[in-house]
Amino acid sequence: MSELDWLTQILEVLAALAAAPMFLGWVTKVRAWLQNRSAPSLWQPYRTLRKLLMKDAVIAENASPLFRLAPYVVFGTMVTAAALIPSMGTRLPISTAADAIALVGLFATARVFLSLAAMDVGTAFGTLGARREMMVGFLTEPALLIVIFLASMISASTALPTIAEHLATQSLGLYPSLAFTGIAFTMVVLAENARLPIDNPATHLELTMIHEAMVLEYSARHLALMEWAAALKLLNYACIGFALFLPWGIATGTDPLSLLAAMPILAVKLTVAGVALALIETLSAKLRVLRAPEFLAAAFLFAVLGLLVHLLLGA
Amino acid sequence: MTAVSASPLNVCLALVAAWVGIGVAGLLRPLNVAFAGRALFLLGALCALALALVAAFSLPAAPEVAVLPIGLPDLPFHVRLDGLSRLFLFLLGASACGVSVFAAGYFRSGRGAAPGLLCLQYHLFLASMALVLLANDAYAFMVAWETMALSSYFLVTTQHRIAEIRAAGFLYLLIAHVGAIAILLSFGVLQGGSWHFTFDAMRAAHLSPPWAATAFLLALFGFGAKAGLVPLHVWLPEAHPAAPSPVSALMSGVMLKTAIYGMLRITFDLLAHPVWWWGLPLLGIGLFTAVFGVVFAAAQTDMKRLLAYSSIENIGILFTGIGLTIVFAGTGMGALATLSLISVLYHALNHAFMKSLLFLGTGAVLHATGERNLGRLGGLIHRMPWVAWLTLIGALAIAGLPPLNGFVSEWLLLQAFLFAHEVPKPFINMLLPMGAALLVLAAALAGYVMVKFFGVIFLGQPREPKLRAATDAGLLERLGLLWLAAGCVLLGLLPAQIVPLLNIVTRQFALGGDLPAGSSWWRLAPVPERHNGYAPLVFLLTLVVVVLLTVAAVRWLYHRRVRRAAAWDGGFARLDARMQDTAEGFGQPIRHIFTPFFNLQRELPTPFDRAPRYRVVITDRIWAAVYPPIARLVQRAADVSARLQQGRIATYLLYSFLTLVVLLALVI
Repeated sequence: MSELDWLTQILEVLAALAAAPMFLGWVTKVRAWLQNRSAPSLWQPYRTLRKLLMKDAVIAENASPLFRLAPYVVFGTMVTAAALIPSMGTRLPISTAADAIALVGLFATARVFLSLAAMDVGTAFGTLGARREMMVGFLTEPALLIVIFLASMISASTALPTIAEHLATQSLGLYPSLAFTGIAFTMVVLAENARLPIDNPATHLELTMIHEAMVLEYSARHLALMEWAAALKLLNYACIGFALFLPWGIATGTDPLSLLAAMPILAVKLTVAGVALALIETLSAKLRVLRAPEFLAAAFLFAVLGLLVHLLLGA
Repeated sequence: MTAVSASPLNVCLALVAAWVGIGVAGLLRPLNVAFAGRALFLLGALCALALALVAAFSLPAAPEVAVLPIGLPDLPFHVRLDGLSRLFLFLLGASACGVSVFAAGYFRSGRGAAPGLLCLQYHLFLASMALVLLANDAYAFMVAWETMALSSYFLVTTQHRIAEIRAAGFLYLLIAHVGAIAILLSFGVLQGGSWHFTFDAMRAAHLSPPWAATAFLLALFGFGAKAGLVPLHVWLPEAHPAAPSPVSALMSGVMLKTAIYGMLRITFDLLAHPVWWWGLPLLGIGLFTAVFGVVFAAAQTDMKRLLAYSSIENIGILFTGIGLTIVFAGTGMGALATLSLISVLYHALNHAFMKSLLFLGTGAVLHATGERNLGRLGGLIHRMPWVAWLTLIGALAIAGLPPLNGFVSEWLLLQAFLFAHEVPKPFINMLLPMGAALLVLAAALAGYVMVKFFGVIFLGQPREPKLRAATDAGLLERLGLLWLAAGCVLLGLLPAQIVPLLNIVTRQFALGGDLPAGSSWWRLAPVPERHNGYAPLVFLLTLVVVVLLTVAAVRWLYHRRVRRAAAWDGGFARLDARMQDTAEGFGQPIRHIFTPFFNLQRELPTPFDRAPRYRVVITDRIWAAVYPPIARLVQRAADVSARLQQGRIATYLLYSFLTLVVLLALVI
């Protein structure tokens, strides 16, 4: 472990913290453009966070300490996840502490705390959101596991930095299996991050909402942390996707220059991913909540197809 | 007789005898709660702690054997203390210690059996479980096994005045005995013609492949009945809610593990060389049991039934792990067999702690509120913070969330599953990764179940006015919970220390490989060449540092003003407890997605009902498909044989005469 590795580690976490609201703002902006609306500024998420942090926190009378603890835990897990995912460099000191499966466990921890906090005040919306969130959670995890399985078969490791390194450094081979799991992963990302067609981040309609229903009782700094954590989660998932499917440009050595180059490359990847996400969201309609199992079963089937392609063709 | 030395085996036997003694002492003053219900249970807890310590510290030692001068004249008890018994004795002692301390504060006079009688049954139950783990011949094993079944039957029927509890006890006893017959037959096959029923003779016997498979399948049936494998699981959700909570905790946390122990003992020790395809039925049944159990857990409305189904899920995971071990061991992948066997042992240990903790938590809730029905609970985190936060640890652990213990064993099992595609059997290697997907589905559903369990009981608003009067658990109960919760945390944080210890246990079996060294004191790396590690300490440290920094930053940069107001709820002003999800409501997505699993009867109100009523009855399809036909068959056979009984003495004399004639004809 050199100083540079620790520097990379800290830089990655700080960059993720700083860039997450911007990435969300970028997706919102492109969506507005695609829908012929006038777009909010890229800085809007930061302004919202600042506003929320300044306000007095209003908490329901019967909220328990768990309710106040949960935003910190959820935010903490997302920052920890950001420290584990290689986004710019693969030589991360902390990332040896967990492989991709442990990372999925970390996301599950955040989900459980979010759902428990949603049930704490005892409103109809909160419990509704919690049960839908947990439902989406258990539907996505098998698909996500198969995606990780395939990546680990190809690169003989479940550690994300090793997977990214393996895929980035070998001569450009095309894996048809990765194309299938790529589709599966995209569907999982949409569901996990409460995006269309599973959830609509832009509405408070009780028939459809999942994430918004859970954070309805939060205000001020607690809400700010929850929203920031949600933005971080989206960024984290995007970075996992890059590590699994588009690792090119990531810094694998100890060369400071390659690290410097990795930063703009990551920015370009995120810009393109944001456009793609906005495009998917604009083109798809919200599914009924009880259609979510079909959507995620399709994701699972794509992942299995990828796995079978790999096992049968060895590619 | 030679002088008795203080070897670990003798200490274990002395502690077992002490348990029996404590139980009998309870009969001295059977109605005195302070003596039979409190002091003796604390003494029992001390014995349990001693047993756990002896077992843990003698783990690396060589096996010890002894012959006890009790039993029938020709059939003395053989006992043996080896790695596997030591591990399961540790499991028994460590979890029984917490449960006994809790029980000392739990049993009160007034209802059901007298405290002294409970004390006797409880300690006999503990002693018989220890003897099951120590037994080294089929006779001692079966005696201990039956004592275990009977003593737990009496504990289940503590409240024997309630008809449902008597029915639950009968069902439990019935399936326990059907299983015991299968185990007995399995031992009968295992002796392989030598007619010696010591385990040493069975180890030495060479069975032909069909007989070995027969012994294995009989053991699977017998131990599966005790463990609760589908379709022999039906007694679990009946018996666990019927028993007092400490007993449920022991039955679920420890007694089910004796079945796992028996399965491991027969498969890897007595049969020694399992054939790879034996693993396939285990994998299939195990995975189905896991998913089935957790899906039913999600649909339950009784908190103890919910936990019973969750136990079925965990038993499924354990059997899946055993199946995977057999597949790896049978195809020459020894290191991976070791890895998956370690995950099985780890999970057994974890489940003992977390399920005991959760059952005790429900016991505390039951005492404070008198309710088992999830639909009448809620908001207890305000009234019972100790029980709530300690139960939360158990709930998060069993949901398989890092950095707690449930995650470690599931992670290890998944690491083993990652190599399943390298099994040199075509098609099987493509199906095995799907098994991992089912395993993850079960684990993720366990998260759903635990959010329901914890959220409905402890969070939200109280659903009944009487819940506002609930008080927190007493000191002894808190101590018991705290002990088990500490176990969950430590097992979660120190896998790098525990896995090498489990590896000592797995070395006694001929799996054909060892775990590669690659772990350091803080990081678990079971397959070093894969660069995949898990370091829960770093995990927790990062998490805590980030959370503390965030709290500090928020407070320092901004302010810490908090205003309490009525709940917002989208602006709706008249919020009441009936608007929260009920347990049925929370399980609705599960019922929708897994419809084929359930036998659902539903009454929906129409808009014109004066007194609208909503009723859902969920029953097990397997019960209807398997048990009533068997019961009818037995009934019919009994009816046929009843024709022989005329009730006239002349007829019976005729039977005797005919029998004599037939026997004479045979002899001559």
